Parts: sequence; structure tokens; C-alpha cells
Amino acid sequence: MRKNHLGSVGALAFILIVGALGNFLSPYDTGLLTQMLIYGVFAMSLDVLHGYTGMPSLGHAAYFGLGAYVSAICSLKLGWPFGMAAPAGIVAAAVAAALFHLLALRTSKSYYLMITLAFSQVLWSVAVSWTELTGGDNGLPGVRRPNLGSWFPWTFASTHNYFYFVLAIFVVSALALYVFVKSPFGYALRGIRENEMRMRALGYNVWAYKYVASIVSASFAAVAGEMYMYLNSFVSPSSLSVTVSAQVLMMILVGAAGTLFGPVLGAGVFVILQYVLSTYTDRWLFVIGLIYVGIALYAPQGALVFIRDKFFAPKRGSAS
Amino acid sequence: MSFWIVNTLNGLSLAMILFLLAAGLTLIFGLMHIINMAHGSFYLLGGYIAITAIRMSGNFVVGAIIAVIAIAILGTLVQRLLLAKLYKQEMPQALLTLGLLFIIADIAFFTWGGDPQLVPQPALFQGAVRIFGVVYPLYRLFLIGWGLAVAFLLWMFLERTKIGAVVRAGMDDEEMVRGLGINMPLVFTGIFALGSALAGLGGVLGGPLLGMFPGADFEVVLLAFVVVTVGGLGSIRGAFLGSLLVGLVDNFGNVWFPQLSLFTIFVPMVVVLALKPTGLLGRT
Amino acid sequence: MTAPLAVKNLSRSFGGVHALNDVTMVLEPGERRAIIGTNGAGKTTLFNVVNGQIAPSSGTIKLFGQDVTSKALHRRAALGLARTFQITSLFRNLTVLDNMIIAVQALAPSHFVFWRRLSGYRDVIAKAEALLEKWRLADIRREEVRHLSYGTQRQLEIVMALACEPRLLLLDEPMAGLSAAETHLATDIILNLDRSITVLLIEHDLAAAFKIADRITAMDQGKIVAEGTPDEIRQEGNLKKIYASGGAARTTEAHQ
Repeated sequence: MRKNHLGSVGALAFILIVGALGNFLSPYDTGLLTQMLIYGVFAMSLDVLHGYTGMPSLGHAAYFGLGAYVSAICSLKLGWPFGMAAPAGIVAAAVAAALFHLLALRTSKSYYLMITLAFSQVLWSVAVSWTELTGGDNGLPGVRRPNLGSWFPWTFASTHNYFYFVLAIFVVSALALYVFVKSPFGYALRGIRENEMRMRALGYNVWAYKYVASIVSASFAAVAGEMYMYLNSFVSPSSLSVTVSAQVLMMILVGAAGTLFGPVLGAGVFVILQYVLSTYTDRWLFVIGLIYVGIALYAPQGALVFIRDKFFAPKRGSAS
Repeated sequence: MSFWIVNTLNGLSLAMILFLLAAGLTLIFGLMHIINMAHGSFYLLGGYIAITAIRMSGNFVVGAIIAVIAIAILGTLVQRLLLAKLYKQEMPQALLTLGLLFIIADIAFFTWGGDPQLVPQPALFQGAVRIFGVVYPLYRLFLIGWGLAVAFLLWMFLERTKIGAVVRAGMDDEEMVRGLGINMPLVFTGIFALGSALAGLGGVLGGPLLGMFPGADFEVVLLAFVVVTVGGLGSIRGAFLGSLLVGLVDNFGNVWFPQLSLFTIFVPMVVVLALKPTGLLGRT
Repeated sequence: MTAPLAVKNLSRSFGGVHALNDVTMVLEPGERRAIIGTNGAGKTTLFNVVNGQIAPSSGTIKLFGQDVTSKALHRRAALGLARTFQITSLFRNLTVLDNMIIAVQALAPSHFVFWRRLSGYRDVIAKAEALLEKWRLADIRREEVRHLSYGTQRQLEIVMALACEPRLLLLDEPMAGLSAAETHLATDIILNLDRSITVLLIEHDLAAAFKIADRITAMDQGKIVAEGTPDEIRQEGNLKKIYASGGAARTTEAHQ
């Protein structure tokens, strides 16, 4: 019980500190902080699949980009207000995941990695070639920041106000995902990750759990994708690219798969790393590659877990 | 009629490039359970090294041999120094090769630049010939011939040699082979080097048609993934069948629906997986 | 009363090898039945087919009078079928308590709830705790399973199967790899099971099998070669015949 208490206090402190930071930082730095929160939601969404259920996806950008594109198209081409365009993007991603997983869940784990990649590449190629709808390589610029309507006292056009909008969505998403992974359903997902056959023998309909988990995961990825699109007022095919999929996977691997806070930390580390490195070198791909190789060889549980265990963990005693 | 002949031959020549890639991918997966994301990097490097070596030596064959040997050595090093440390850990192995994909892509970009480059065609196979009543580039026919020859040699190797038998047995039941006192780590390295060399050869032979450019590594590895998913992971015959299917569908798809390029190869994959989740010739 | 398990003319082949060949078997309610036989006799294949992990090539399977031949695993579990695995099959990176909670919750109405925390389902947790208490695993409930000794893991393997309150329990070599003392403990657990549970077990330790079972079925090369009470099986001298080719009876099967 007390440990639980500590967790809530920590989470509250985290939110307050991040919230306060948004007030003091320059618009540019606030933008970086906003990015961290957005990637945090994105990384948590993938972690539901990868960390909790053991479904390694290399195409999670598919839902991130799809949410962004559908929302942008609805508001630019159809003139929908934010209150309709935003849910439309989430629904589109959820439906895409629902259809895709009818197929993907028929195959084994090795195939899953490859066909998630193929799926996201197909969406990418559609975004590149369906120029009339997506603007092709140029993407879709000019989407206005969220406006909830005249009844709402604030607009989110300024970077600071938008930051607080994102913070609110982040908190709601994190809470929802927290309940999700702590629910009976979430426990079942861990069981599936650990031993799928046992779960089936115990009487779990493993297919249904994976199916729902993939839809939930896709929905939150779309939430992140839309927030990112509104942050930049722009969406382009690169939001669907394998680089984005590989980056979000890296955030989980840097943090700790199978926890919610780990990926958020990973997202923070990622944004800082990208910012720092981009001032010194243009060989970003090389760095990502090195990080992947390093994690695979030395810290498959997560780089931060590795550091914690190596330098801060009390020595484990009796356990054999 | 000539439309069908030309496009079928075009599809077949693409299929042969895909087969060179998919054969190595499927052998490596079947034996070691490694999903090698860096397989496309070996293709890309093979092509680039061939371009440089052919320029320097002025001879296609010399350049091709240098490129293939270089990639075989690279494959050996990757397997021995990196992947062997992660024996049987499927996910870390996939992540490691994904890292290599990025690293090699970056190195290639800084070495050979961002503009597409063609591997020079061998002088002997330049020009066109008349076949089935159409005038057709000789190089593409040469490519189809090479692909078939490699497929035949691989088949002979697996079915008719002792090492081939060990590889086939290892795909079915590794423990059993280990019990026979065979040096499996050596077989692993050998097969990884062979698979890498085939990918490098794919780059050399595909280079004159498809060209080498940043992102080509990822493009071909994705196609090779579709091939092995359709054909069935771990099956050479499946890789051959899948290559033919994907090569032809991609070619005709590009002719008829240029807007839907990648989408057209996704369709056969969806159909095959819906009917047979393990691929056409995959094990259940 | 209907038979908990009735299989009829069950066959399954793997690429020409008949792992199961025309197997017919009926269990009485409350019966303890042991299956013995050499490696590759088809015992685990029989379990996998009954359990639903693999489909039979031909034949039918009835659980409590219901034909389940083409039903999914989880539907069979819902009818009251539980099993353990020859290769310990636990959630290695979770605690003992979490393992039990997942097992208890499998057939609870809350199992698909994702909008409420599990800690709110006191009954599920209490039941998991009570089971650990009953089977003397409560002290280690916060330990992660991968840190436990092999014997304790085997014990948990059985207790987890019991968590779903099965009416038919399949035990695949519960004693394999255990020390003499641990074998004794495991035998005790099985002997103390409520008679409302019908038990079918595969056992290589003949002494333990004879002690537990009411009836024994001997299999060889996918076929049933003898069936009877422990005494009958002993007398018939069949034992020698069954094990003549297979060598040592007390070996663990690597795989089947």
C-alpha cells in the first residue's frame, strides 16, 4: 500500500515539475518539452504491445502517421472542427489496426516483426503517391492548432498554451494506460508475453486479448501522432517512416519495456539526445544504429534498467 | 502479345534479384532464427563496392568477385563477433541487425553520396537480342539465367552434399545435429557468410538495373521479407516461388497501377497469409 | 454420470509417423488414471490433442459428454479441463502471487476487464492467496518464479492448474526431475486432491504411478497396448514387454 502511495506522489510531483517548467522555459525549449510528452504517449502506446504483450512491432509509425494524416485531411479538406477531426484520426487508426490484425494475428512472432514493417511501408507509399489527398512528399501544411470552440476560455495557438493542452492529454493517456496495464486484462497480457501456451491452457482466449491490445495501442499512437501534427501544423510521409518506428522502439529499449514510466523517460532521453547531437553532428542514423547495437548486446532489458542494476541496485542476496 | 512477353521477362529478372536476397534471408532464418534486417545493407554495400571496384579495375567480373568476397567477409565478421554472442535470442538479434542497417546506411551515404548510381553493365551483355519476337535487353536475360543457375546450385548444395544435409537437418532439429558431433557454430558462420554473399551478389547483378541509392537497402529487404512471408520462412523452394510471385506481381502492378506501387505486392501477401499463415511452403 | 473424458478412435500423424494410432479411452468420474509407456509412445501427443493444442487427424474427443473435437483450447478449459506441462510452463518473470492471480482469474467473470484495476478485485486476490496458503507456497509469494528451485517450480506448475477449479486434470510427468523427497511431496499433493477432480497423468516413475492410479493404461508406438488396475498390469507381465524396447523407465523425455 505504502509503495503505491509513493508512486502517486511521485507521479504528481513529475506532472507539477513538468507543468512548472513549461511556464519558465523559452518557447523553443517548451517545444522540446512538448515533444517529450508527445513521444512519451507514443512510446507508452507501443509498450502495451511490445513490453506488456510481447508483440514486437516495427511498424508502429503506421498508426502515428495515420492518425495525423486523417485528422489533417478532415480539417483541411473537409473543414471539420477539431472536435470531429481529432476523434476521426483515432478511429481511423483503431479501424486500421483492427483490420490489419485480423491478418497479423494469424501468423507467428517472427512474421509479426516483418509484416508490421510491411504494413507501415504500404501506408508510407500511399502517402507519397496519392498526391491529391496527401500532398505527396510535400505533405499537408497549415493545419490550425486545436480550438475547442467559443465556450472554452483558452485557445492553444501559442506554444505555451499548446504545451498545457499536450500535458493534459498526456496525463489523461498515462492514467488510462496505467489502469489498463494494472487491470485484469493487463495481467493477462503479461501472462501472454511470458507464456502464451500456458495462457491458452488456462482458458484465456489469447487471440481476443492480443486483438484488443493492438487496437488500444494503435489508438494511443494516433493520439500522439495528432498532437505531433498539431505541434508542427504539418504532416508529411516521414511521420509514417521506418525511422519513426525504429525511434519509438528505441525509446522503449532505452527506458524499460514492460513499465509505463520507462518509455516516458526513454522519450525524454531521446529528445535531448536528438537535440544535443544535431548541434554537433549530422550523422544521426549512425548514432541510432550504435545505440541499437549497444542495447542488443549489453542491455536488452533497457539501458536505464542496465544502469540502475549496475550502479544503484542493492546486491541481491538469497535468490538463487 | 509483346506486352506480355516483355513484362513477364521484366518480372522474372526482378524475381531473380529478389531470389538472391530471399534465399540468404530464409536460410539464415531457418537455421539460426535470425531475422536479418541488415540483409539489405549487404545488398547495398555489394552494389557500391562493385561500382568502385569496377571503376578501378575496368572489369566487371573482377569487380563483382571483389564485392562478393568483401560482403562474405563482412557477413562472417558480423556473425562471429556480434550475432554469435546473442545465440537464440531472437529479439536482440533482430535489434542488432536493425542497428547495423542504420550504421551501414550512414556509412554508405557518407562514402558514396546521395545520388543514385548504376553498376556498369558487363560489356559482353550490353545491347539487345531478338527473343520470342521482341527485342529485349541482353543483360536482363543474363540475369534470369544467373538467377536460375544460382537456384539450381543452391538446390544441389542442400540436397546433394553432406554439408547441405547437415543444414537441412539443423533447420528441423538442431539438438539432434549437435548430438552427431558436428561443429554447428562453424556451419552457422558458413551459412551466414553464404547468405550475405548472395545478398551482395544481388546488389552486384541488380545494380545495373535498379541502381544503388540511400534507402535501396531498406526497399529490397522489405521486398525480400514479403517474398519469404509469402513463400514460407525457412524454405528455399518457398523463397523461389515467392520471388517469382512477388517479382511478377510487382512488375505488372507497376505497369497497371503505378499509383499503388507497394500496395500491389501487399495484396498477394494478404491473400497468402489469410489462406496459409505459414506461407505457401512454410512448415506448420 | 457422464464420463469426464471419452476419446474414440483418436489418431494423429506427423509426416508419416503415427504419434497416435486409433486410441480409445474412457475415464470414470473421480478416477485416477496413469498412462505409462516409453519415450515416443504418444502420451504427450494424447494430452496435446485432448487439451486442444493440436488437432487430431481423425477421431472424436468428448469432455463431460460434450463433443469438443473442433473446439478451441479456452473453450475446453471453460468446461473444467486443466493441464500441466512436462516442460515447466510458468510466467517466469512474474511473482508467484501474480502467477496464481492470472490462473485464478482465467475463468473469473472479471478476466476481460480493462477499465478497472485488478487490485479492486479482492475476491480474485484472496483466492490466489488462499491457494498459496493451502499448498504451502505463501512464504515465497513475492519471489519471481525464475528464482525458484526446480522442485518448487514443478509444485507451482500443479497448483496453478488447480487454481481454475478443474473437474478434469491432466498432469504431464509431474515428478520428472524431482528428488526423492520432492517426489514424495508431489505424490502427496496428488493423493490429497478432492475426488471431485478426475485425474489423468503421464508418469515415468512406476512406483508413484502404481501408488496414485486406480487404473493404468500402457501405450506403445501411439497405441494402447494394455489397460487395467495396477495389480493386473503388474501380473500380466506386460510391463516387461512395454519397456523391453524403450530402455530405462525412469527417464525424462526430452520431447515428443
